[in-house]
Amino acid sequence: MRALLLRDLRLAMRTGGGFGLGLAFFLILAVLVPLGVGAEGATLGRIAPGILWVGALLACLLSLDRIFALDHEDGSLDLLATSPIPLEGVVAVKALAHWLVTGLPLTLLAPGLGVLLNLAPGAYGWLVLSLLLGTPTLSIVGAFGAALTVGLRRGGLLLSLLVLPLYMPTLIFGAEVVRRGADGMALGTPLALLAAISLGAVALLPFAAASALRVNLR
Amino acid sequence: MVMTARNLAVARGGVTVLQGLDFALAPGEALILRGPNGSGKTTLLRTLAGLQPLAGGEIDLPPDTVAYAAHADGLKSTLTVAENLAFWAAIYGGPSPDQAVQAMDLAALTRRRAGELSAGQKRRLGLARLLVTGRPLWLLDEPTVSLDVASVALFAEVVRQHLAGGGAAIIATHVDLGLPEARVFDLDPYRIRIMVRDGFDEAFG
Repeated sequence: MRALLLRDLRLAMRTGGGFGLGLAFFLILAVLVPLGVGAEGATLGRIAPGILWVGALLACLLSLDRIFALDHEDGSLDLLATSPIPLEGVVAVKALAHWLVTGLPLTLLAPGLGVLLNLAPGAYGWLVLSLLLGTPTLSIVGAFGAALTVGLRRGGLLLSLLVLPLYMPTLIFGAEVVRRGADGMALGTPLALLAAISLGAVALLPFAAASALRVNLR
Repeated sequence: MVMTARNLAVARGGVTVLQGLDFALAPGEALILRGPNGSGKTTLLRTLAGLQPLAGGEIDLPPDTVAYAAHADGLKSTLTVAENLAFWAAIYGGPSPDQAVQAMDLAALTRRRAGELSAGQKRRLGLARLLVTGRPLWLLDEPTVSLDVASVALFAEVVRQHLAGGGAAIIATHVDLGLPEARVFDLDPYRIRIMVRDGFDEAFG
């Protein structure tokens, strides 16, 4: 499993691996929004939590179809399915690798972009915490969607349509945490729900995704 | 016995293509599958590898026995030859890649990226993967595609050594591998004919 994780990270870093695509998108979005909305600090500050969360979510979405499609194209997925690693483990490791190259860098980059969007000073810690709790859901739900669409040519659009509704709870609670953090309100409930969704998704979806893969490999 | 199949039926896309297959494979034995295109060779191999469910019958196969080599080699073009092999060796926990590199004559290429190899070299790398799995039963789907004569001989020698070490292999191929000791298994009698031919269909006759 460690070998698979290291291979996926190495592939992501090499040319054409797609590392940085999501980050660049996130950066561009956060730079363009103030230009489009106008430099009025109060307005920007109010929409900043939502913009940052939507940006992170879309940035994650960009690289989802690569999770399994590349391995399916070159035959590695068949070989991994016949290898000693259980398919559930393959899914979990590949989702983890996806999170490490998109979710984690997005989380670390977000405070810097919060400055561009005039995010309230009290919200920075909550922004990082909410992304840290929420982005693993984005990766594992994405891996499930990618497993469902793995055999399809140009399955990217279908993947987005499948996955976006499943992202909504995470988006709602994640942005709510940051918004309440900015206003200095109590935020225990959305934070707990955000963490609960993550834990549930991480616990259940590898099994669902592995079943979907088995059907698609037939 | 490495594996036994009893009254096996296999299906492709929900349609049964082969049925009534009975065969067993002892250590040191090789089985060569023969049959025209579309006769179900690949489907049979994928079923034995556990990628497809059985359509009927049963397979006696201990877990963690099979190494499967498909049409696609499963290589990552941005990784080097050595990295590709080391990855599969780590996944299977098999022997070190050095011996596989020697056996498939890849020593001069280890630092090259897999994407820069020729088709035949890629194929040799894909077959070298079998050696690092350490699995006793090899399922090979057209292993000699894009190999030149010398490489085919090289590969036949690798298979022969695998058999001599108590391994077994099931090989779907159109090319003569130079393995006279291998048993040829013609799939034609087991095919299910869906098309109605003149004088062939008793049910509607």
